[in-house]
Amino acid sequence: MSNIIEILPELNIAFFQTLLMVGIALLVAVLLGLPLGIILFITDRGLFLENKWVKSVVGILINLIRSIPFIILLVFLLPFTNLLLGTTIGPLAASVSLSVAAIPFYARIVESSAREIDKGVIEAAVAVGASPWMIIKHIILPEAKPGLITGLTITAISLIGYSAMAGTIGGGGIGDLAIRYGYYRYDNTVMFTTVILLIVLVQFVQYSGDFIAKAVNKR
Amino acid sequence: MIELRNLTKEFKSKKDRIVGVDNVSLTIQTGEIFGIVGYSGAGKSTLLRCMNILERPTSGVVRVDGVDLLQLSSKELRKTRQSIGMIFQGFYLVSSKTVYDNVAFALKAAGVENSIIRERVEELLNLVGLRDRINQYPSQLSGGQKQRVSIARALANNPKVLLCDEATSALDPNTTKSILALLKKINKELGLTIVIITHEMEVVKEICHRCAVMQDGRVVEQGSTFDIFSSPSDPLTKRFIETVLSFELPAKLLESIQGKLVRLQFRGDMAAEAVVSDMLQSFSVKGNILHGKVEYIQDVPLGIFIMEVNGDELEVDQALDYLRGRVSKVEVMDNE
Repeated sequence: MSNIIEILPELNIAFFQTLLMVGIALLVAVLLGLPLGIILFITDRGLFLENKWVKSVVGILINLIRSIPFIILLVFLLPFTNLLLGTTIGPLAASVSLSVAAIPFYARIVESSAREIDKGVIEAAVAVGASPWMIIKHIILPEAKPGLITGLTITAISLIGYSAMAGTIGGGGIGDLAIRYGYYRYDNTVMFTTVILLIVLVQFVQYSGDFIAKAVNKR
Repeated sequence: MIELRNLTKEFKSKKDRIVGVDNVSLTIQTGEIFGIVGYSGAGKSTLLRCMNILERPTSGVVRVDGVDLLQLSSKELRKTRQSIGMIFQGFYLVSSKTVYDNVAFALKAAGVENSIIRERVEELLNLVGLRDRINQYPSQLSGGQKQRVSIARALANNPKVLLCDEATSALDPNTTKSILALLKKINKELGLTIVIITHEMEVVKEICHRCAVMQDGRVVEQGSTFDIFSSPSDPLTKRFIETVLSFELPAKLLESIQGKLVRLQFRGDMAAEAVVSDMLQSFSVKGNILHGKVEYIQDVPLGIFIMEVNGDELEVDQALDYLRGRVSKVEVMDNE
């Protein structure tokens, strides 16, 4: 018990570091992954901006990043992180590689939830004379919304897992704490505490994600 | 209003080419309701989708209201599509939007000012009889109501043409009737040209002024609905007509027939009974009406009677000749 109280301040910092890393990566996933996923979808065969070339270039780029195991991507991106932030240590630095991993991950999820939309609904919008931007904004995004939110939940939970890896190479966060105390110092109490903390965090994210997705589903 | 010239649409798959529409030429007049009938796979849907370039024809000309649609840039095409409404078998409403937003979307797409949208949506929903459902979601509506919303959406930008792709095929007979009545009403009140794709001859009979029959991507027959119903020439057309005007006589009855079995067809303005009783009085034959029906095609009655004519062969032939001079069609049928 006493060692828990002892590390409480550190645990507190680690918790917010994890939230920061995951939060930034999620934000980037939405800002860049969402548009990429939409591009993948609307350039597909039979859709209103069908374009084989764009589709394959974006597709290959996404597969390229997704095929690198995260722990390798982490090391591989160190020079880039250094260039971007001038350091490779700390949660901000870790969020760079987390973001790079999150973008293609979320893009694929966006693409597949857009595919769930009945093609006829999109076609009806084309028949009404709507512009591509109108169709994306008023048809695809609202119709895919439950899937987009569920996808964001999945991405967030994966990122929490990834953040532990990022922590080991100096990113900080709960994962880093668990490794330092649990693995290097054989302090099981701290390790269990962090595990419980992670379980609670993941459950909370999943529950809120499901709740929001259900609330916006009008089907 | 719509002019198709030598329209062909081929679908290329990896191995071979499938011809969806094969060299079709059609002219659809302003203000008419035109039906295109055919079994599934006949190419009728593809033909309709060529009329607003949802499907780009492989060759040919598509002219709507004088505009050659294939010459337009994509921006001009979008603008032109706003004057061509379309409704579908599957309704295709946006499930995450209310009835109001579904209809308003069409107006927003056309760049209508926000201040006018509310009023226009209400006006459209009044027209289709769904004003009280304005804030509901599509999942709360019945099939017929969904189709009414999609009609309101299609009419939002005051189109000149309405394309209906199997619009009533997913609906029950009563709902079909009410949707057809609505289409008829907007055709009359707004002077809208309507093109209807269907496999149900009932629909054609009910509202189409003219129709075309399609098979294997080609138009095999076209004409006014009454002419098609009263004297179909293609075997396929005949089969379609039979779905509406069929006369099945019980086998037992057919066995007992001794004289000639005759099918008489009357145009509405002729009094069928009077002609038959005149015939019976003028010739020494006996007649027996076995089946009869008057169908109203576009409000013009078409009477069909099946009767047995008995008597001396020469006398029967003379009687039939007499009938041929008086009614629109006399057919001697096989007893078998």
